[in-house]
Amino acid sequence: MSTLAVHDHGIVHHEEGHEHHHKQTFLNTYVFSQDHKMIAKQFLITGITMAFIGMCLSLLFRIQLAYPDKAFPLLETLLGRFAPGGRLSPDFYMSLVTIHGTIMVFFVLTAGLSGTFANLLIPLQIGARDMASPFVNMLSYWFFLMASLVMVSSFLVQKGPASGGWTIYPPLSALPKAMPGSGEGMTLWLISMVLFIASSLMGGINYISTILNMRTKGMDLWKMPLTIWALFLTAVLGVLAFPVLVAGVVLLIFDRSFGTSFYLSDIVLNGQVQPFEGGSPILFQHLFWFLGHPEVYIIIMPAMGLSSEILAVNSRKPIFGYHAMVYSLIGISVLSFIVWGHHMFVTGMNPFLGGVFMITTLIIAVPSAVKTFNWLATLWRGNIRFTPGMLFAIGMVSFFISGGLTGIFLGNAALDINLHDTYFVVAHFHLVMGSAAIFGMLAGVYHWFPKMFRRMMDERLGYLHFWITFIGAYLVFFPMHFMGLDGVPRRYYAFTEFESMKHWLTVNVFITWAAIMSGVAQVVFIANFIYSIFFGKKATQNPWNANTLEWTTPVEHLHGNWPGEIPTVYRWPYDYSKPGHEEDFIPQTVPYSQTMSSNSVHDFEDNPAGLEEYTKWAVANKVNEQVK
Amino acid sequence: MLLSMFLLLGTNMLMAQDAATGTVATDSDKSAMWLGVGYYALLLLVAAVSLVILGKILRVYDLSQKIQGKKGINWNNIMGFVCIIFLIAGIYGATWSLTVQGSMSLPESASAHGVDTDNMFTVTSILTLIVFFLTQSLLFGFAFFYRGSDKRKAHYLPHNNTIEKIWTIIPAAVLTVLVVFGFFTWQKIENSTEVKGDINIDVTGHQFAWELRYPGKDGKLGALDYKLTTGDNKLGIDFKDPRSLDDLQADTLVIPVNKSIRLNIHAQDVIHSVYMPHFRLQQNAVPGLPTFFKFIPTITTAEMRVRTDNPKFEYLLYCNKICGGSHYNMQKVVRVVTAEEYQDWIAKQKPYLTDKLRTELKLAADKSTSAPQAATNRLALNN
Ligand code: HEM
Ligand SMILES: [Cu+2]
Ligand SMILES: [Cu+2]
Repeated sequence: MSTLAVHDHGIVHHEEGHEHHHKQTFLNTYVFSQDHKMIAKQFLITGITMAFIGMCLSLLFRIQLAYPDKAFPLLETLLGRFAPGGRLSPDFYMSLVTIHGTIMVFFVLTAGLSGTFANLLIPLQIGARDMASPFVNMLSYWFFLMASLVMVSSFLVQKGPASGGWTIYPPLSALPKAMPGSGEGMTLWLISMVLFIASSLMGGINYISTILNMRTKGMDLWKMPLTIWALFLTAVLGVLAFPVLVAGVVLLIFDRSFGTSFYLSDIVLNGQVQPFEGGSPILFQHLFWFLGHPEVYIIIMPAMGLSSEILAVNSRKPIFGYHAMVYSLIGISVLSFIVWGHHMFVTGMNPFLGGVFMITTLIIAVPSAVKTFNWLATLWRGNIRFTPGMLFAIGMVSFFISGGLTGIFLGNAALDINLHDTYFVVAHFHLVMGSAAIFGMLAGVYHWFPKMFRRMMDERLGYLHFWITFIGAYLVFFPMHFMGLDGVPRRYYAFTEFESMKHWLTVNVFITWAAIMSGVAQVVFIANFIYSIFFGKKATQNPWNANTLEWTTPVEHLHGNWPGEIPTVYRWPYDYSKPGHEEDFIPQTVPYSQTMSSNSVHDFEDNPAGLEEYTKWAVANKVNEQVK
Repeated sequence: MLLSMFLLLGTNMLMAQDAATGTVATDSDKSAMWLGVGYYALLLLVAAVSLVILGKILRVYDLSQKIQGKKGINWNNIMGFVCIIFLIAGIYGATWSLTVQGSMSLPESASAHGVDTDNMFTVTSILTLIVFFLTQSLLFGFAFFYRGSDKRKAHYLPHNNTIEKIWTIIPAAVLTVLVVFGFFTWQKIENSTEVKGDINIDVTGHQFAWELRYPGKDGKLGALDYKLTTGDNKLGIDFKDPRSLDDLQADTLVIPVNKSIRLNIHAQDVIHSVYMPHFRLQQNAVPGLPTFFKFIPTITTAEMRVRTDNPKFEYLLYCNKICGGSHYNMQKVVRVVTAEEYQDWIAKQKPYLTDKLRTELKLAADKSTSAPQAATNRLALNN
């Protein structure tokens, strides 16, 4: 069905000179567009907007942490009742960290990242005219936008937005009287999240079916770029994990609004004995982290895919160990479903179960290590071209190493006892997830900007943006490890109440200024982004000399992507600097028959079917040559 | 280079401005505030303009080089060099941070099991730091050494099974060692089954304080039933249980050194977390699900004061699970004392079953055979 629909919009009409039955209006081109490229841009721009909001929230609470005793009249002017006397209220501080976390994890790094690049790259890199179901794809964006608006609008309710942390553990989130943010703010949070999950599922199902069913001729699974592999496995994780969060969220809604006790038991709130009986707060944590851990890989895997691609293109080298890269992605995807308990070592979960989760958790570090080594080997003896995209991809690897290594501490249950919920965890996940995934995303934006907007971004501003952000992020998150090792808890409004934490105050001031510096660098990015959309240098068809299919489409966007037939794929996407070939890249669409001088049996080492074909081809080719 | 110098200058300027506006803001005068805002806006504008000018200068320079037949600015080379500079500065910075800020972290473990934790930590740190410095050096080293030029072509190397096997097996082996170590350490630490001689202490969290309950003469804590909670019986102690009658309340978590302490952890309203980092101890307090943590304190407060060279040093118990607006201030002093000091102290604690509660619950006075400390003056323990 859907395939038919796509063909309807495809080549035929374009060749007839845009004579659609439905006219191209502003509304259906830019707003209710069903073209995957436009939807990708919608996701990107919404994602960047949300990222900007999330960043401003973080700067607000960073100011509180650096200057806990100082009043800023401006804050009162801006925030009113949330900052009485120019100082953030403790409850609003909690709201800020909660909404910052929620926005960054879900709205920026899940929807903004997957939404943008899955939509842009899946059809373009596998050679499809559009998504399997363009209409559902459009709905996916609109649900995402609604979710975003609901989430942001929670700042408008009297008692402020949700404030129980992005993990919204009940009973805190279930009892409206437990804190102001657990009132309407929490209700809005839950509504927003249900919308968000609907969006995510619609997107994910589309991505999966498109990749499985709509690859062009010759594009077998082992010829797919790593971006597609990553986006595919990400979508699978999302489809399997998000429904569990829906279950968790729905039960929480019942507990909040209909008097059930799924998560509640034995509660005395403000001296009042509550009627709840028989529930378990731990149940929620199991449901949450059953999604939550796959979720962190939903965030990092697209970044890994994008970076792998960008590293290969700009090192002018094949990605090292393509098969190992795919298998490690698969390994991570499978394992990510059986490690969630590492977030719950000290909750009172049975210690033996904790031990098992510790074993699975440390196993997951192996495929992660393999990926890292393969990236390094990709750079080795490359001919590296430092585009801003490349720099961000290198930064991604650097952050992934730094943050991944601290995972080995946290995954060790014995060590986690003292590290859980301290700044050590904050450092861990901001490096490995926050920074690494954002850098993967930015790398993607710089790299595929010409594909999206037909113009180039300014490179030198890109360099400036990269170095300030890169250094800034390390300055912000590196010292946090040591605060964690000193037993400084996260989600504390101020450290002034503890004599033992006061020696971190100067470090907090330093971190805040580093954060502000990085924040200013994002202004450079936004300016570059907007300026380049309108005035950037015109892009050529294949500005990076890359092999993948998206660069075979014309610079001008067509609904249907390719003006003529969809190109056929003959080779894997990583034939860079192949010996015997004149240029240092051979696009996937170039048949082996045109690259005689560079072919070798070695190409098919891990691919017996391909080898057979190759030998057949070789024989046939000999015959051909003899005929000639 | 110019860029980074500019940056540094910019940050310095920002810092200086901050100091200036900081003092302005304290008079909380609106106009002063907007002056401050304007200041920053102007600063940002100046930065933006200088950036544009800088860009123009670079472009002009680049063009003039090209006109003279030279190559123009080779950004690729510059970025390669910045990578290696970053690597060197980064190694220096990381080392500095590890030594200076690293030494600001917790003192040695004050509990028996914590020594194992610390050993694990040391081993893990050494291993990960080696990997950290090695991989980051390779990353930025390669970026520098293999920075591109038109003259070279990259080395076509799609894979190498041997080396891939090596770098799968080595991490797997190292992690196996860590897992096995960790698993047994964890099992040992988490074993909280009660044995004779353990001192059971109830720690109950609620918004936003901790309540303590010590067993009386019988050495046993009585039963709890949250439904019995009232203003006077704030823990919901079930006084029908004879073991409850002599249970004691306390303001400070005083514990004897080298004795096995078993914390019984409860929460009344939302999840809290008992965090005592000096003892490498943490356990969530979950409503409806009592949890336990058993440990042996090994260093008295007095001794730790000497070791840390801080006469005001106190061990602390604080909340480490987000629990509401005052989560950031939910602490209890923990004092590790000698056995004799502990006996003296516990003898002065008041029972939960106050006279008021006794009349409320209509418990006969003669039933209170095991509450002799009731009359003791409470003042003494407010040290
Ligand atoms: C090398 C493999 C990794 C290991 C062994 C690991 C281990 C852990 C553990 C045990 C925790 C729980 C810490 C605690 O709360 O006490 C944790 C937290 C976290 N990790 Fe990882 N991690 C790894 C990689 C990653 C990656 C790749 C991401 C994301 C892209 C990630 C994101 C997070 C997040 C977001 C949290 C904190 C959640 C919260 O409490 O708010 N981790 N990690
Ligand atoms: Cu996890
Ligand atoms: Cu608490």
